[in-house]
This record gives sequence, structure tokens and C-alpha cells, in this order.
Amino acid sequence: MIDDLPLWLSILVSALVVGGALLTMAGCLGLIRLHNFYLRIHAPTMGTSMGGGLILLASAIYFTITRERLVVHEMAIFLFITVTTPVTLMLLARATLFRDRVEGKGDVPRRGG
Amino acid sequence: MSVAILEWSLLAAQFMLGIGMLATLYRMVVGPRAQDRILALDALYVVALLLLITLGIRTNSQVYFELAMLIGLLGFVGTVALAKFLMRGEVIE
Repeated sequence: MIDDLPLWLSILVSALVVGGALLTMAGCLGLIRLHNFYLRIHAPTMGTSMGGGLILLASAIYFTITRERLVVHEMAIFLFITVTTPVTLMLLARATLFRDRVEGKGDVPRRGG
Repeated sequence: MSVAILEWSLLAAQFMLGIGMLATLYRMVVGPRAQDRILALDALYVVALLLLITLGIRTNSQVYFELAMLIGLLGFVGTVALAKFLMRGEVIE
């Protein structure tokens, strides 16, 4: 930790970090509370999109101001997560649908056509 | 003053992320079927990544960025491999 910071910087970074952490925690608690896999798969995306975006933005702003140069490589992580999360969750949902259809359990829709 | 604000809010944020990790861990241990556990593992990876980023702000060092990037990459590959395994029964055909 460094000795002194501008007040606006600390308030901005604090608000962004706490907001992102709140959203991420809400998504993870949704993972407990929802009672069906197809409902649960929506919950953690809140942490990966908005929560992660806010925390990574806070990190980028903080290091840009304190290092006195442009530090934006957090945005690489954000782009990567934003691109890959829908792919993985879509694959997982397809696999679950396939398993449910094979076992004939749950009230999943039948294969069309 | 401003350093204290940042310090305490980072502590609160880390605490909340820790609660989130416990929630995903609960789902990973209890989760009724395999896909629930894989979903929880994916969420756990992302929360660990965010926890490392807050740790980097707190200790004022950029070393943790590379670790966060590595966790993101490995989490993606792992989840895709596990979903493929659930779908087909083997990872590489």
C-alpha cells in the first residue's frame, strides 16, 4: 500500500470494487438458492460479466493513476472472460440437455423435427 | 484517510468474494449431478480470479495480473473439456 492517494481516486476505486464484489457474491448465492440446473446456469454469469468488469475497471483505473501511465491490460482478461463464458456455458447446457434426454428424466423438451 | 477508505473497502470486497467462494464450494460438494459441480467449478475459477485482482490492488503490485490471466485461461480449457466429457464420454475422440 502506498502512502497517499487522491481522495476521489480512493472513493472511485472503492465504489467499483465493492459493487463488483456485491454482484459476484449475489451470483454465487444464486447458485445455492435456485433449485434447477437450468435456472442455476444463469446465476454465475452475473459475476463473470458485470462484477468482473467492475473489479477489473477499478484495477485499471488504480494502476493508471498511481503508475502515471496507461495500464489497460486488465481489459484483456475482461475481453477473454466475456468471450469465453457464453461458449462454456452453452456447451455445458447442451451436454446437460443431452443427458436429460437420454435418461428421460426432468421435463426437458423433446428433440424437434 | 483516503488510504484507509481504500483499505477497508478492499477488505469488505475480499470478504464478500470469500462468501461467494464458499457458496460455489457448497454447490460443488453437494450438487446433485455432475453438471452442477462443473458449473460451480467454473464460477469458483472466476471468483478466484477476481480475488487475485483485489489482492493486487491491495498490495499495490502487478504481479498478480499474470496469475489471474493464467487462471482464466486454465478455467476456460478445463470447463470446455469437462463439458465435452459429459456430452461424449471422452475428451478427445
